[in-house]
Amino acid sequence: MQNPQLTNDGKLKHLLSIEGLPKAIIKQILDTAESFVGVAEREVKKVPLLRGKTVCNLFFENSTRTRTTFEIAAKRLSADVITLNVSTSSQSKGETILDTIDNLTAMHADMFVVRHAQSGAAHMIAKHVAPHIHVINAGDGRHAHPTQGLLDAFTIRRYKPEMHNLRVAIVGDILHSRVARSEIHALTSLGVPEVRVIAPKTLLPENVEKLGVHVFHDMREGLKDVDVVMMLRLQNERMAGAMLPSSQEYFKTYGLTPEKLALAKPDAIVMHPGPMNRGVEIDSAVADGKQSVILPQVTYGIAVRMAVMSILAGNS
Amino acid sequence: MKNLPDAEVLFEQLAEKIKPLITSETALVGIHSGGAWLMERLLPLISPAGNGLANGILDVSFYRDDYSQRGLHTETRPSQIPFEVEGRHIILIDDVFYTGRTIRAAMNELFDYGRPASISLAVLVNRGGRELPIAPQISAYETTLTPDQNLQLLRQADGHFYLTLEENS
Amino acid sequence: MKIHIKNGHLIDPKNGIDSKKDLFIAAGKVVAIGNSPDSFVANQTIDANGLIVIPGLVDLSARLREPGFEHKATLESEMQAAVAGGITSLACPPDTDPVLDEPGLVEMLKHRAKQLNLAHVYPLGALTHQLNGQEITEMCELTEAGCVGFSQADIVIKDTQVLWRAMQYAATFGFTVWLRPEEPYLAKDGVAHDGEVAARLGLKGIPAAAETLAIASILRIAKETGAKVHLCRLSTAEGVDMVRAAKKAGQKISCDVSANHLHLTDFDIGFFDSNAHLRPPLRSQRDKEALSAGLIDGTIDAICSDHTPVDDDAKLYPFAEAEAGATGLELLLPLILKWAEDNKLNLNQAITAATQMPANILGVAAGDLSVNSNADVCIFDPKKYWKVEANSLFSQGKNSPFLGLELAGKVKYTLVNGHIVHQST
Repeated sequence: MQNPQLTNDGKLKHLLSIEGLPKAIIKQILDTAESFVGVAEREVKKVPLLRGKTVCNLFFENSTRTRTTFEIAAKRLSADVITLNVSTSSQSKGETILDTIDNLTAMHADMFVVRHAQSGAAHMIAKHVAPHIHVINAGDGRHAHPTQGLLDAFTIRRYKPEMHNLRVAIVGDILHSRVARSEIHALTSLGVPEVRVIAPKTLLPENVEKLGVHVFHDMREGLKDVDVVMMLRLQNERMAGAMLPSSQEYFKTYGLTPEKLALAKPDAIVMHPGPMNRGVEIDSAVADGKQSVILPQVTYGIAVRMAVMSILAGNS
Repeated sequence: MKNLPDAEVLFEQLAEKIKPLITSETALVGIHSGGAWLMERLLPLISPAGNGLANGILDVSFYRDDYSQRGLHTETRPSQIPFEVEGRHIILIDDVFYTGRTIRAAMNELFDYGRPASISLAVLVNRGGRELPIAPQISAYETTLTPDQNLQLLRQADGHFYLTLEENS
Repeated sequence: MKIHIKNGHLIDPKNGIDSKKDLFIAAGKVVAIGNSPDSFVANQTIDANGLIVIPGLVDLSARLREPGFEHKATLESEMQAAVAGGITSLACPPDTDPVLDEPGLVEMLKHRAKQLNLAHVYPLGALTHQLNGQEITEMCELTEAGCVGFSQADIVIKDTQVLWRAMQYAATFGFTVWLRPEEPYLAKDGVAHDGEVAARLGLKGIPAAAETLAIASILRIAKETGAKVHLCRLSTAEGVDMVRAAKKAGQKISCDVSANHLHLTDFDIGFFDSNAHLRPPLRSQRDKEALSAGLIDGTIDAICSDHTPVDDDAKLYPFAEAEAGATGLELLLPLILKWAEDNKLNLNQAITAATQMPANILGVAAGDLSVNSNADVCIFDPKKYWKVEANSLFSQGKNSPFLGLELAGKVKYTLVNGHIVHQST
């Protein structure tokens, strides 16, 4: 099966998922992002790579944070940026996704950044766009959020360059999390030998161990001696119902407190894709503590997205 | 150009030519990768011990004009300009001067750090063939090559320089 | 009209024929096999040299989409597709719009089908009014109008008391109840087998237990009420085991599998191919193998096409939102041939599951070539490969997980009631 993300000669055509990306491309993205980190510290925080190109942020599902970082990234590459919150415009008038795409293509968009509530939406769009257009998946359903996975890998590499020696734990709602899936693929591709997932059985997908992770249900056991703790956001709608009894019980069993963090290695770093639910999945003392790298994640997110966009736009 | 000149000899000459231009306001900026190697070895030669000369490295990948044809270079290095560019007399260092496009990119990048007082260009070899109104002020060697010839500066493990000439068919 | 089909290799599982034999047809019936009857002068002779002659296929599930979904398919297009696939009898589920829950609608469908004079159509009536799972339909009236059984299509009766009553009522008159086993709460919003692929792609899973729990309750209620039950589209290894055990214990049930599930697994979803969005979902390799084994040992009685033509627009959505289903009428025969080859079965055994066995389940005179039976015949070239693509299909549904594949087995002639209704070069 031809990998829909790559051109015939193996270059990155779209970024849809980290799964199936050659390690060399993942490394190229992270290395390029290193160069972009410096750009943000200059007098002029812009490079001319995407001058004359139009990047279209197409958000079928709202996300202020992700949308903003993609916007900044595109603008720092000198692209023209259009942002459409489709959930509130044409979709409600019955226009299909592909109609929307065709319309924007007619307006000479060169790149689509797509967020959609359904798994596989970005793949579908990539399959149907004109050949010169690049698609970046900014989150599709539960499936993938590849730029988040990459920026998390980038952050880890900055703090813990010896990735071949790491033990990483991902804690929380793995079942519904596109972030977790992308993190798992990024870390295993980059050679992290032990990736753990820690969650109650109701928040783990069937056969999750087939993704190459070790499963823990007891957080104290799972955090033992890890180098990196990656917390996931618990969506409001899961906090009560058949999956979990209450956010209080969740905090007690799977919330990251200083006391639980003490079980990890003393120099372990704590990450979170944001926005955080303080007191649900993470204690403020940890979120704001000295092991937290949550704000650097946001900064690096822009550099990583600049790297992805500039590599894609150059592969015509 | 049957016999390639000795790069080490050219390097000595380049250093001698640059020395007179150095003031306290000078900064050396090497262009990745050949220019950066040259700058690394120039520094101890031309700046009196203890008087560290401002210096930096540029990787011009983000400013190249062939991006839309050739895409982003697969190996980019972060540019490092750890000094205030504003008001500085900058000497750009590169190995081989050819079309001038790399220098155009480097100047654009420098201006994104601030407004230098002046920029001059010093190269090891000027091989002719410029396509822009840009020329080196200093070169250790001048020759004329055809477009299908590719002159490159390489570095041995011990840091010594040598030149290679490839004929692209 | 007298037709002489000569030099063909005749396979008729019911009559134990599997050899080179001529077939003689007159007045819509088979009049002789082997030697020409006295004074038989053919109006037309079909040279079937190198071809295989079998009873027309009997398909237990083909959605014709009429009435109500003519933008997806029409009776004309799908009946044409049926005979192009060598299918001469087919059962259609009641999930049309309006639902087949009134005798008038059934009569109209039968009438329209008869006018087209292609394959025989055997409607399944709705088991409950509007398929709402609450009030049972006029089963006797519907049977009189032409229904051969009662089905809920893909809509499950959640209320077990209603299911119980519906089976009791059907049992009173000996009607067969057709149910696709799926526990609705466990399957809720699911779009793929709850396994590794769903985990990777982030698709909501339907656990195998959704099927087995439903089979358990259906089998139990059938036993209590004495209803005749046909289980549609088995998809799990455990489901096959349960049916095997029930049959062994003497329970009178039948079941079928779709040709898709004999060949494909959840891995064929690939990168969210909405053509592989089927109901029930494509399951694991282990399930696929168990279905195959169940068909070979007779636990599963029949193979059907589960023909569900979907318009292109309805597939142009992200996987979960895309409409489930695949076109199947023209793929049934090639997929049976491929299944036989993959499992090293002789054709005789493989073809039984799409001729004699489904005809028995429907209780109709079809699926064999006995003397005096209806001359419904399929003549095909087993070695001719053809590529599955939009313009090679008569069906208005161009959606198939097999698109782009080359399959062996091309129907050359299809006869219904002794008339040639399809011929290809």
